[in-house]
Amino acid sequence: MANPKHEFAAAAERRTVLTEPLVVLPAWPPVVADKREFVRFTRLHRTLHACMIVSFLTLALTGMSLKFSYTGWAVRLARILGGFETAGFIHRTAAVVMFGTFFTHIATLIRDKRRNHLTWRSILFGPSTLLPTRRDAQELAGTMKWFLGLGPRPHYGRWTYWEKFDYFAVFWGIVVIGSTGLTLWFPVFFTRFLPGAFINVATIIHSDEALLATGFIFTVHFFNTHLRPEKFPMDTTIFTGHMPVAELRRDKPREYAALVADGTLEEHLEEPQPEIVIKAFRVFAWTALGIGFSVVVWIIYAMIFAYR
Amino acid sequence: MSGSATTSARSCILQIVAAFSLAAAGYGSQAPAKVQISNDDCLACHSDKSLTTKRGGRSLPLYIDQKKFGASVHGPLQCTNCHADLEGKELPHATPLAKVNCGSCHSDEFQQHAKSVHGKALARGDALAPRCVSCHGNHDIVPVKDPRSAVAAIKIPYVCGQCHQEGTPVQLNRNIAQHDILENYTESIHGEGLLKKGLIVAANCASCHTAHSILPHNDPNSSIARKNIAATCTKCHANIELVHRKTIRGELWEKQANTLPACIDCHQPHKVRNAFYSQGMADADCMRCHAAEHLKASDGRSMVVRASEVAGSRHVKVACSQCHSEVNASRVRPCETITHKVDCTACHEAIGQEYAQSTHGQMHAKGNPNAPFCKDCHGTHHVLGKRNPESFTFSTNVPDLCAKCHREGQKAAVLYTGKEHEIIPRYTESIHGKGLLKSGLTVTATCTSCHTAHHELPASNPESSVNPNNVPATCGACHHGIEEQFVQSVHSASITRTGQPLPVCNDCHSAHSIRRTDLDGFRLDIMNTCGHCHAEIAKTYFDTYHGKVSRLGYTKTAKCYDCHGAHDILKVTDPRSHLSRANVVATCRKCHSDATRRFAGYLTHATHHDPKKYPFLFWTFWGMTTLLVGTFTISGVHTLLWLPRALKMRRQLREEEAREKAAESQADAKSKDNNDGQS
Repeated sequence: MANPKHEFAAAAERRTVLTEPLVVLPAWPPVVADKREFVRFTRLHRTLHACMIVSFLTLALTGMSLKFSYTGWAVRLARILGGFETAGFIHRTAAVVMFGTFFTHIATLIRDKRRNHLTWRSILFGPSTLLPTRRDAQELAGTMKWFLGLGPRPHYGRWTYWEKFDYFAVFWGIVVIGSTGLTLWFPVFFTRFLPGAFINVATIIHSDEALLATGFIFTVHFFNTHLRPEKFPMDTTIFTGHMPVAELRRDKPREYAALVADGTLEEHLEEPQPEIVIKAFRVFAWTALGIGFSVVVWIIYAMIFAYR
Repeated sequence: MSGSATTSARSCILQIVAAFSLAAAGYGSQAPAKVQISNDDCLACHSDKSLTTKRGGRSLPLYIDQKKFGASVHGPLQCTNCHADLEGKELPHATPLAKVNCGSCHSDEFQQHAKSVHGKALARGDALAPRCVSCHGNHDIVPVKDPRSAVAAIKIPYVCGQCHQEGTPVQLNRNIAQHDILENYTESIHGEGLLKKGLIVAANCASCHTAHSILPHNDPNSSIARKNIAATCTKCHANIELVHRKTIRGELWEKQANTLPACIDCHQPHKVRNAFYSQGMADADCMRCHAAEHLKASDGRSMVVRASEVAGSRHVKVACSQCHSEVNASRVRPCETITHKVDCTACHEAIGQEYAQSTHGQMHAKGNPNAPFCKDCHGTHHVLGKRNPESFTFSTNVPDLCAKCHREGQKAAVLYTGKEHEIIPRYTESIHGKGLLKSGLTVTATCTSCHTAHHELPASNPESSVNPNNVPATCGACHHGIEEQFVQSVHSASITRTGQPLPVCNDCHSAHSIRRTDLDGFRLDIMNTCGHCHAEIAKTYFDTYHGKVSRLGYTKTAKCYDCHGAHDILKVTDPRSHLSRANVVATCRKCHSDATRRFAGYLTHATHHDPKKYPFLFWTFWGMTTLLVGTFTISGVHTLLWLPRALKMRRQLREEEAREKAAESQADAKSKDNNDGQS
């Protein structure tokens, strides 16, 4: 038996074709004087992302200090971190945190599946899937047209294609950097069944993939999700978990439409976080952003001006 | 009278008879015209043991032992060959006969004797003067080599001693400068050899004074004249110049004997021992003047000599005149003949040669007033041995001594054009300097340990102890075990044949600021040091974890020599190398205690820039780089294209917001008006 909510959502999806004007759906219910916001991320998601930020920045700083050891910055940073051994210890601790984040995420996926009695099929191929779909390809094409002024902005769903890319970039990164990192952490163990030169290969992969990850996160990801001019200077959604409904309507019209059609939008609304909490999140976010940008500047300097 | 007449008549008859008989026999011989006196004729009387004569109130035996005479060197001769005045005399002859003239046969010896101090005395009619027979005896003369000879080597001291010993008339009444001659000789090394050990080749009196040309030492022809004494001594001590290299340079000895002490200055006559003796020219003679505090030279220099200085010095047993060698004892002021400064090389000959070759010596030879001479380092009268802590040349004092000129700004340092600067403070802070000056280890290398004390030369000179070719041996003097390893290593010129300069100790350890190799500074710099020559391999090292951590300034990861060895570096193909197949795992295990053979397969010098040597690294790197560049290009283009749209959206939003706000405020005002109207 088909779920009427889903059917409605499917109908809403069908309606929101790419050529439709930017705002097609009327605001519902009229949200005058309603300060409530849409909850995009759960507390767990936000916590995991924060853990990710902390561990990632830590890994980036400690790792880059070794990768760019020929720069004065690296030497100073290694000193600040308490020497290469301490830096190494911090690096591995952060790696454990990141592994923890990763496996917690996987575990919660399984837990949620069980709790909500979902099938893998519905998770992987449902409307909220993070897997790339044909629709993503269409949206990508539509976005390109929009970029070039050849068409309107596509109606994105809960996850845009670049958000999906970010998600799987992290997925892939953790697998690649994590596995090579473990090889470098336990070289004696791994060389029981791998040739010694694999340590060299692992070094290159670990280091270059890390360069890709940091470079990508600190530029493209920052821009895509935090620093887009229309959100400037800071999109705090990932920290507060909240998104103004108007923004949802504008940026994720398809999801909005589905929720409206469902009549479940109300369920996803919450009072905004207290001002002090938002302020704290902003401080945290700006710190992370600052570190990230510094690393980018450092990488560019190291790669271009101090490369050996 | 009648006796003598009958004898002459008989001999006359005998001569006639003999002449006739010879003529009758038909021999055309040159028969003597006179009567021949045969030995038998003489012995007819002189074989009588009781035959004596009176002379000067004493009874003199006239017995001739026929046997002894026959065995003597003169045995084949007729009595009349020597007692020539017997010729043609009646027998028995009148006494005394004339003195025998040995010179009729031994003319050379006779002339030598005549010119000698003995002969002259004899000519003066000195009754004490010895004649031939005084030494040689008369009828029983045997060859000198015959031990029975009166002048056999072993008897010479007694022969001479008959006159030249204490208490004899000669010694008492004649002007003989030496005293206790026989006693001193007997105690001397020569006398001991001859008389106690029976070495007949040991010098006796005649060996030095000659047998017949005995002359006073102030006669230039004398064998013991100052300028001849060397020749005399070298008759036996033929290779004495070799033995005395440290004392006498052969050349000088021959050409300028006056600038050098003669044999007897050190080895006093008659007392010669294999040790120095106090001098004829006594220190006391010098100190008569030089003890005076106010004594000044014409140029104002103080000429005072403090006896205490010399007494405490290394030269306490050396007489003034041994160093101030041109003194002439026969002058009232013996030192007035001195024309040169003290030349220490008279004794310290080998050191003198070294010094002359050194930079110091070369400068000195050119007359450079800055050049240090012996006394500038060793002092003068108070010269001390280098083992004396008070000495300038004691190891802990050497850095200060050299610093007098070689400290930055001092006279040697300003002349120096090489690369080594601040050598004194650098040395002081070096492991050697700290060992010597802080820890007080006197065996620690000081300046002279490497540069030598007297043969210092610039490193560019192949003779220099610090020339690259000689550095391993110089350092190896102390670090011998290291040198042994080094000479076997690839860095040794004997192993690696190359035109390129090979590193020696100081290329890695530096010259003066040598550091402890277990501390950070050295461990961090060594990679750059090795990298001077091994540029490529050092670069690839820095691409690995070991190298990167090292770059960060930490020493715990493996440095070049942790794997390759420090001094025993060998080609990895050498089975003895630390990195040979047999040893590499053990080498890794120095740090990675559970390393395996596969683990050792880690490429410590990997580079991802060499597709032939390391294709998998090369392709991994380029694969990753492509991924990076691709990702960044696509996402970068995406972002850049997005930017203008996003900006436009931002403008629209702002406008919308402004519109909404205006509408809201209008609505508010309206509702307010309404409310106002209602109220």
